[in-house]
Amino acid sequence: MTREIICTNCPIGCPLTVEFEDGKILSITGNTCKNGITFGTNEVLCPKRTITTIVKMENRSGMLPVKSASELPKERIFEFMAIINKVTAKAPVRCGDVIISDIGGTGIDIVATKTVE
Amino acid sequence: MYDVAIIGAGVIGSLIARELTKYSLSVVVIEKEADAALGATGANSGIVHAGFDAKPGSLKARFNVAGNKMMEEVCRQLGVSFKNNGSLVIGFDDEDKKVIEELYERGTKNGVERLEVIDSKRLHELEPNVSEKATVALYAPTGGIVCPYGLAIAALGNAMDNGADFRRCFEVKSLEFKDGFYEISDGSENICAKFVVNAAGVFSDAIARLVGDDSFKITPRKGEYMLCDKESGGIVSHTIFRTPSKMGKGILVSPTVDGNLLLGPTATDIDDKEDTSTTPEGLAVIANECLADVPGVPTRTVITSFAGLRSVDNKGDFIIDSPAKNFVNCAGIESPGLTSAPAIAVYVAELLEGLGLELKKNEAFNPYRTSMHEFRDMTMEEKNEKIKKEPAYGKIVCRCETISEGEIIRAIRENPGAVTVDGVKRRTRATMGRCGGGFCTPTIVEILARELGIKYEEVTKFGGESVYNFGKVK
Amino acid sequence: MEHKQLIIIGGGPAGMSAAVSACNEGIRDILIIEREEALGGILKQCIHNGFGLHKFGEQLTGPEYAERYSDNVKELGIPYITETMVVDVSDDRVVTAVNKEKGYFQIKADAIILAMGCRERSRGALNIPGARPAGIYTAGTAQKFVNIMGYMPGKRVVILGSGDIGLIMARRMTLEGAKVEAVCELMPYSGGLTRNIVQCLEDFGIPLLLSHTITEIHGKDRVEGVTICEVDEKRVPKKETARHIECDTILLSCGLIPENELSKSAGITLDRVTSGAVVDGDRQTSVPGIFACGNVLHVHDLVDFVSDEAEIAGKGAADFIKGIKEEKETVEIIPEGGVRYTVPQKVAKGEGASLYFRVADVYKNVTVALYDGENLIAKKKRPKVAPGEMERFEIKPEYLENAEKLTLKLIFG
Repeated sequence: MTREIICTNCPIGCPLTVEFEDGKILSITGNTCKNGITFGTNEVLCPKRTITTIVKMENRSGMLPVKSASELPKERIFEFMAIINKVTAKAPVRCGDVIISDIGGTGIDIVATKTVE
Repeated sequence: MYDVAIIGAGVIGSLIARELTKYSLSVVVIEKEADAALGATGANSGIVHAGFDAKPGSLKARFNVAGNKMMEEVCRQLGVSFKNNGSLVIGFDDEDKKVIEELYERGTKNGVERLEVIDSKRLHELEPNVSEKATVALYAPTGGIVCPYGLAIAALGNAMDNGADFRRCFEVKSLEFKDGFYEISDGSENICAKFVVNAAGVFSDAIARLVGDDSFKITPRKGEYMLCDKESGGIVSHTIFRTPSKMGKGILVSPTVDGNLLLGPTATDIDDKEDTSTTPEGLAVIANECLADVPGVPTRTVITSFAGLRSVDNKGDFIIDSPAKNFVNCAGIESPGLTSAPAIAVYVAELLEGLGLELKKNEAFNPYRTSMHEFRDMTMEEKNEKIKKEPAYGKIVCRCETISEGEIIRAIRENPGAVTVDGVKRRTRATMGRCGGGFCTPTIVEILARELGIKYEEVTKFGGESVYNFGKVK
Repeated sequence: MEHKQLIIIGGGPAGMSAAVSACNEGIRDILIIEREEALGGILKQCIHNGFGLHKFGEQLTGPEYAERYSDNVKELGIPYITETMVVDVSDDRVVTAVNKEKGYFQIKADAIILAMGCRERSRGALNIPGARPAGIYTAGTAQKFVNIMGYMPGKRVVILGSGDIGLIMARRMTLEGAKVEAVCELMPYSGGLTRNIVQCLEDFGIPLLLSHTITEIHGKDRVEGVTICEVDEKRVPKKETARHIECDTILLSCGLIPENELSKSAGITLDRVTSGAVVDGDRQTSVPGIFACGNVLHVHDLVDFVSDEAEIAGKGAADFIKGIKEEKETVEIIPEGGVRYTVPQKVAKGEGASLYFRVADVYKNVTVALYDGENLIAKKKRPKVAPGEMERFEIKPEYLENAEKLTLKLIFG
């Protein structure tokens, strides 16, 4: 089987052609750098995304921006959102502080992306 | 129990209210919307007409010329932006010339001063950017421009400062005269008044019907407008009319008192009294006609478009009469209604006196009101004095129009206080600039919520269900 | 009157990067003037990631990217004031500003860097006909409502325009529980970055309707729906294609406009295409000592390039203050044939420059070519160019030696 996908690793957006069979990549073409191979492989076999959203703050009126420290399985995004929606953060927070550890058993943390004194 | 209840807080109702507070009377202004000036008053050309258009002998002619003469003083007292910029009716051929000469005759008969028919050379001296094809014009030096909603809000505010009440969101459903007074009901609550003035704009026929008067019908005539950025305001200095046709005075090109350029209106009779939507056809007509009159009109600098509904009656003149006991109609007040408003207000007071309302002078009446743009017009030293006392004046909220938090707070606290974002806009000009409120709207919503003691998501654009937000994200 | 060597107007990514750069060049008497409560500019509300790949070699969110620079500004001890609005800049470099503490005040500067950013094209400027209910926002306003204030501006959304902020907001609104019905784009191609189309629309099955526009807005108090139409090649709506979409919210993502009101007050010459100042390689405007960088100069699609550009402006301003920015003869770069504009618009002889430029349409297999009259000076092949993605072209000093003006254009096929 082949799939045409656009590499979104960087803004160039190379059009990749990925050939695969039985969960194995046979070939990837169209990439202009080696990151394209990794991206193409992951995107076809187990697509992942970084989640960026906000959490409520207990002692501040504004919201705290957060992200997943690395990419999470794409198909579970709304499951992760439901967990994040229930959590609140408390200032002071440093950028990079863990807000939720090991979200959904993935081993990946949700971290603050802003320092709030 | 009020002495007088005025239905409708447009420029007519507001100026009548102010006129009546000059006497020892209790007055209430009843408005179905959340703010004053939301009907025709909020969306019209803002022109103070010279008075050459109306048929001699008509109420329109009489009040137009009288109102024109009063406008400058009324605006000075109320701190409303007014400019006597003069108007020009331009013509392109012999047929136009004939109409222009008729207008000159008519105007002279109506008592308009200093009217002149001028030739192409003089026209282009006055307005170099008008189409070279224009060969003739009627020049009316007494024409002017005013901020129409500013006038209504200031007049109502002044009336309130002098003791009048303002009831918002009260839609009159029934009017019953019994035991010498009217019971005015919105279906759940009553307001009682000995006299009632119907200044309900496009809905004035419906209000008249509540007292059994079905002698007239109001047809809303939609007028669409486009407003250009301040950088284009200087393309003309006079108000430029095209030679009129049956449907009205045609499309005009005019500076506004705030320095923008106004293009419009179209004229389409419609059925729906609440349909103030703009149409692709209307906006195209405006652009084409304006470009024919003033070829340099920069339509690419349009910052907003809007539509208003003129109250056109089937009698061809203003309807100011008393069809029922202690009840006065002020209906069909289409153009030149804004100009006529100060004169109509005086006339309505006289009419009420004739119906038995006692007009005893209110010695405490204060005709003055501080301009909403007081801060804007200060010198830097004066501004700094003000900021020292009230630091909120040093926090700019609307960056396009340089409007401070202090001015917004004042608009909310001062009679008649703004309760919506559009209310803040019409009082201060915040959000009226080129970014369309993109940057400052969230902050204005915040200030309104804080000042009014309501939730952030309860703040509306103009009342009703016009909310900005549906509650907290999480 | 108070005096500063360098005033930077705007504490967003451009202003902060310019300040750091000028500081590293030895300028210490600096003041950054920021209108909001904190440094960071629009990045504060851009909580998505994708920033910093070029600059830091990693994917950062907007607030993280901003914090790297604001930390740097603070570590270097560069003075800044917040909640202060600049209301005027004169051609002799007097800055008038206002805040709560000082009221209106004036500062004379040896050099000024303009870094005020841009605004979004509004409903009024787009002149979309129809009713005027609540529920029509620019994408950036909605972004502020959601990400900063934490309020939901809509439940069912139609987005007009496929600019990046619109695409980003399609994903944000979806993640927070709204339904995005469609993104309508007037042009036959998207104005946003490809990765945003994939990650913000395709991931969530949101349709991108190219060559479509909103022809009418419906609703009395709050938006109740829109009529959308397909448009022909001349962008005129085809009436027979009209269809209704129920929604309570319209987000507009139809272009950004540099905010050059202060530049106008200083009498700076503006480029009609970019709506920003005309600048030389150092990003100096037509008024000596006033520089510009970032989105106030021309709209960028990546903040990394804003930072690069601001570093150039910071160094240029530092050189000007030190009196070592020479008055050099400049060569004008004329955009032609598919190239809409270049920044800088002129380059000093003896110096090279990295030209940023944008193209007018989507083209495949083009050659970007630099000409001196009929003579080809340099060229570079590009497999694909699009208006939404900024391009670069290197100008080497030797190209300028004998030239009076150069032309940058696309050669097709």
